[in-house]
Amino acid sequence: MASPALREVGRSRDRTPLVLAIPAVVATLFLVLPLVSLVVRSPWRDLGSLLQEAEVGQALRLSLLTATSATAVALVLGVPLAWVLARRRLPGHSLLRALVTLPLVMPPVVGGVALLYAFGRVGLVGRYLDLWFGITIPFTTFAVVMAEAFVAMPFLIITVEGALRAADQGYDEAAATLGASRLRTFWTVTLPLVRPSLLAGTVLCWARALGEFGATITFAGSFAGSTRTMPIAIYLTMVDDPRAGTALALVMLIVSVAVLLLLRERWWYAGDRTSDTASGGSR
Amino acid sequence: MTLDVAAVVRRGEFVLDVALGVAPGERLGVVGPNGSGKSTLLRAIAGLVPIGSGSIRSGSRLLAEGSRAIPAEERRVALVFQDHRLFPHLTVLDNVAYGPRAAGVRRRPARAAAQEWLGRLDIADLAGRRPAQLSGGQSQRVALARALAQEPEVLLLDEPTAALDADARISVRAELGRHLAGLSIPTILVTHDPVEALVMTDRLVVLEQGRVVQTGTPAEIASRPATPYVARLMGLNLYAGNAGPDGVVLSGGGRLDVADRPGTGAVLVSLRPSAITVHLARPEGASHRNVWPATVDRMEVLGDRVRLHVTGEPDALVDVTPASVAELGLAPGVRVWLSAKATEATAYAR
Repeated sequence: MASPALREVGRSRDRTPLVLAIPAVVATLFLVLPLVSLVVRSPWRDLGSLLQEAEVGQALRLSLLTATSATAVALVLGVPLAWVLARRRLPGHSLLRALVTLPLVMPPVVGGVALLYAFGRVGLVGRYLDLWFGITIPFTTFAVVMAEAFVAMPFLIITVEGALRAADQGYDEAAATLGASRLRTFWTVTLPLVRPSLLAGTVLCWARALGEFGATITFAGSFAGSTRTMPIAIYLTMVDDPRAGTALALVMLIVSVAVLLLLRERWWYAGDRTSDTASGGSR
Repeated sequence: MTLDVAAVVRRGEFVLDVALGVAPGERLGVVGPNGSGKSTLLRAIAGLVPIGSGSIRSGSRLLAEGSRAIPAEERRVALVFQDHRLFPHLTVLDNVAYGPRAAGVRRRPARAAAQEWLGRLDIADLAGRRPAQLSGGQSQRVALARALAQEPEVLLLDEPTAALDADARISVRAELGRHLAGLSIPTILVTHDPVEALVMTDRLVVLEQGRVVQTGTPAEIASRPATPYVARLMGLNLYAGNAGPDGVVLSGGGRLDVADRPGTGAVLVSLRPSAITVHLARPEGASHRNVWPATVDRMEVLGDRVRLHVTGEPDALVDVTPASVAELGLAPGVRVWLSAKATEATAYAR
């Protein structure tokens, strides 16, 4: 049997096999090329004037307002739910968990339809809101917040629940033996210890709410000034005025990059991180 | 206020059934093998696990009775955990101030009180540190300060030196002993360290399989261990057997001659490891009445001695000097002869 020929071994161990390298390059191009094209083809010269058009500012303001409100709703309602899911054994626990996270995998449009059947004028709950209080939710700014919260809250719940589940409950016990009530323990020990995940979940939730399209347009429609958020505005403007639509899309890209910068600690260095987060970070 | 426990705790198959009392200022040591229920006992008193039946009271205050109980946060029972559990996101000062804050003290006076406790434990200079920046010994002291700062009615310590390295253990043990001695509340200290049990406690309770098998002062327990576990803990060989005309026939195999025998019947025989001599051949014309063959199983260094774990009839712990280890060529697997004078073995009725 012929022995293999000698080769330079130097750094051959570090070389990436072609079978892996080629798809990796294709994937990178596929993900980056469209973004580069958007930046290249943006009407940079007229950008200022295009963005100053009243509707753009309106849509951007509405988007920021509703995404932030939806995130606030998610924090107030979602974090307690995450705690319950992580720390309590309820009857039908896994079913509850599955239902709560269903919006993660469901097409947002379906969520919008579902919201209509719950809170629409003839909806299960909406009917009585209309009948008793004269309140109509669909096609209002509040409906936008609801649609966004419906779609985005599970991101926060899942992130925080995972962290709470992994967190050492020994600290909660220690707090109890020091005389802290359950609620005090939650505020002063439990939450601070999952702070990194809480922040990440909040940013994720906000970003998801900001990009929400399907549920919003189904449940809240597209009324300039009250329900036409940026994603909807981009979609509609692209049809009439591609240049303006592109400018809007660029704004959203910039916002997304800003979000990524906010998350950089968590994702940019995913491989280099040590055991810092588990203990709640003692930076 | 006296702590009174007479309770049964069930955890799956395991049943802890304990009755004990601790007077104010008394330091009760709880020793026992792993899984004997030591930590469960502390957790039940602290309110972290419910009791099944019985009661726990501190003075006239009922902490738990049957299925009804005061929650942990209202018990005023401080627990120093084995792993300390200092809050990683708080400074040392805020860790110690946590108890007073939870009791409703405002931030500034709570911190002042915390600083005072740190001073009392000689760690005032650590106030600004994070727990991650502390050594094991420092962390242990902070945990004690945090437990005491809430001015508890009962103090519980779960293996306070187990998480420390050998050097820190010695210094922490000395200090901890000093601090505990100055307290005027009932203190329970769980340990598996014989030195700790002997030095830092006024009274010992031996727990095995969820039950108290012996209780007494450390000296009493050291001189008359009731079970092989206690004897091993105290560094003694202990054998159960029946005293008869030819000495004591041991239940585990073998026979020992004992100088003073309390009549006949079931007895325990204790034998100090340093009272046994090791030979390579059967000792001839021996003044030693007890001679038996055995095999060295393992060896450990204890200070200036080497402790041999030897299997034979009976098994034995034997202390020899490092010089004899070299001279006799002792190593695991080596076959030896053991001898012990009858006057060195002590028998007492079971």
